[in-house]
Amino acid sequence: MHLLEVNDLHTSFFTPAGEVKAVDGVSFNLDEGKVLGIVGESGSGKSVTSYSVMQILSAPGKIVSGSVKFRGEELVGAGEDTLRKIRGNRISIIFQDPMTSLNPVYTIGNQLEEAILLHTQRSKTEARARAVELLGLVGINEPEKRVKQYPYELSGGMRQRVMIAMALACEPDILIADEPTTALDVTIQAQILELMQELQKKMGMAIIMITHDLGVIAGMCDEVIVMYAGRVAERGTAPQIFYHPAHEYTKGLMRSIPSIDDDQKQKLIPIAGTPIDLLALPKGCAFAPRCEKALKICLQEHPTEYRVGSDHISCCWLNVKEATENGWIEAGEDGSLPKLHFTKEDQA
Amino acid sequence: MSNVPVSEAPGSDVLLDVRHLKMYFPVNTGFLKSTMLKAVDDVSFSIRRGETLGLVGESGCGKTTVGRTLLQLYKPTDGEVWFDGKKIEKGDSLREFRRRAQLVFQDPYSSLNPRMTVADIVAEPMDVHGLYKTQQERYEKITDLLARVGLSSEQSTRYAHEFSGGQRQRIGIARALASNPEFIVCDEPVSALDVSIQAQIINMLEELQQELKLTYLFIAHDLSVVKHISNRIAVMYLGHIVEMAEANELHHHPVHPYTQSLLSAVPIPDPDRAKASQRIILQGDVPSPLRVGPGCVFQGRCSRCTAKCKESVPELKEVSPGHFCACFQAE
Repeated sequence: MHLLEVNDLHTSFFTPAGEVKAVDGVSFNLDEGKVLGIVGESGSGKSVTSYSVMQILSAPGKIVSGSVKFRGEELVGAGEDTLRKIRGNRISIIFQDPMTSLNPVYTIGNQLEEAILLHTQRSKTEARARAVELLGLVGINEPEKRVKQYPYELSGGMRQRVMIAMALACEPDILIADEPTTALDVTIQAQILELMQELQKKMGMAIIMITHDLGVIAGMCDEVIVMYAGRVAERGTAPQIFYHPAHEYTKGLMRSIPSIDDDQKQKLIPIAGTPIDLLALPKGCAFAPRCEKALKICLQEHPTEYRVGSDHISCCWLNVKEATENGWIEAGEDGSLPKLHFTKEDQA
Repeated sequence: MSNVPVSEAPGSDVLLDVRHLKMYFPVNTGFLKSTMLKAVDDVSFSIRRGETLGLVGESGCGKTTVGRTLLQLYKPTDGEVWFDGKKIEKGDSLREFRRRAQLVFQDPYSSLNPRMTVADIVAEPMDVHGLYKTQQERYEKITDLLARVGLSSEQSTRYAHEFSGGQRQRIGIARALASNPEFIVCDEPVSALDVSIQAQIINMLEELQQELKLTYLFIAHDLSVVKHISNRIAVMYLGHIVEMAEANELHHHPVHPYTQSLLSAVPIPDPDRAKASQRIILQGDVPSPLRVGPGCVFQGRCSRCTAKCKESVPELKEVSPGHFCACFQAE
């Protein structure tokens, strides 16, 4: 049993303009103590995936189908009581913007104690002591003084540390970090990432790291999911994704970021076109209209998951084509590409 | 301060020369009390024709203020800006300067007027400076500008909200090009864009630079992007330039402790190297520019700070040919 099992998750937003399939059939597993990175551009569904795991979607967002199992317990459709015991206690989340995710009218200490009092049997004095201890843990100096301060008195990096302290208050099994450093400067980003790695080693929780920055993913994650238009484009270990990307979108992303080590200043190879409009998704692969190598089938049918290597899965017809040409898998009788279907056991 | 990188004589290949630029803003600190926030404090640099100077630093270091002040969008507290051998002063020279120097803004969402069509947005600099004679000429110029940035003329009658972030930034660039400028300040032009779109805009800026022989001041906080596009890079910290060098030189031989830690903090998209790299993690935050005491601005976060650093401000000095650094330890 995995710590977290997400299977064929579909989350949609029902807007006046139509149904937006923000997450469209996402599956992944997370094991204890592992760091999973979810990378994608804005609108790729990476944040909505994490909100769905936490069940904190607000209207018009709704989980349409699929399952999210935490230690074998189904969370989709579970009652508020069950969820309340898990949220902020076993699974907690850090949001992108530390400026708006703290309540401006309560002190830091007050907000930290809330989670502790809610989920543990500690008294108020004990909770205050724990709040001070947590602030010390996340590297805030003079924690006794800070618990009495309000969010506006702290800098962005400090606030993000408070958010982390809050998320760790009950020593969760899973920490979801939704773009935790995007709003911060590089030197502060380095501090926060270092802190997260340190705390992960110390407390052994699993982390789901959501970001658009491939650099952040590379330094931290064991496993990586690349998302595009609400679907998993590619999934694999960090070395597989970075050194042997299989999906054309992943390859395109890697080519389009400037490397600081490139002294020759080679011209960047951008991905053509504009980001996808989720209200007008194409029939086949969502990336096909921007893909230079798109085949006919790419425009007609959505690619199925194809296993490129052990634990390395890519949803791209080109991989299937290559495998057919090399005789690794058999083509259909009329020479068409085989439609692969992996069972859940097959992926595990 | 004779050893700052000074400009050559007028008419040389130096297009823009900024000398001891200062921009202070009064800030209310209490009832009837105010103090000066030194957003830019004695900054000097020059940019050669066709060159791109990158300006990096963290938020609040004054990089945007440098761009806006040198374009005379703010009235500088002190200092001079020389453009093409002429000092920028009030009157005709300022008007001419404003035609020849343009700005591309960071946020493609708030920098385009939602009530104007794309054609009117792009044509506004031409309207202001009277750069066409007939409506036909105006239309042709708009079409030409939109084509340059990869938009079609049919899109000219639409409004900004109908476009994606990348397309809006293209509109912003077309507007900057409308007055045939020689110099463009690009203020974080790609920070608000998705990774796959960033590369499109960076490539376009590079192509435009070659075709139109443009000179750029490229302001950004992303060091990988700045290094890619710039010939030289200046690093700012709390209103001061602390280091300035040729791009590859700065990357391989950073001298100032701040530059060193800034470079080591850049996330590398390569798992093995990211795990192997030694990060110099800076302690603490950037202090408030209101509370800067005497001495080096970086002293509070510097691991090599000495008594001298706390007393006097290090000047920007040449440590090797073309490489300037403001640090006592580097001398």
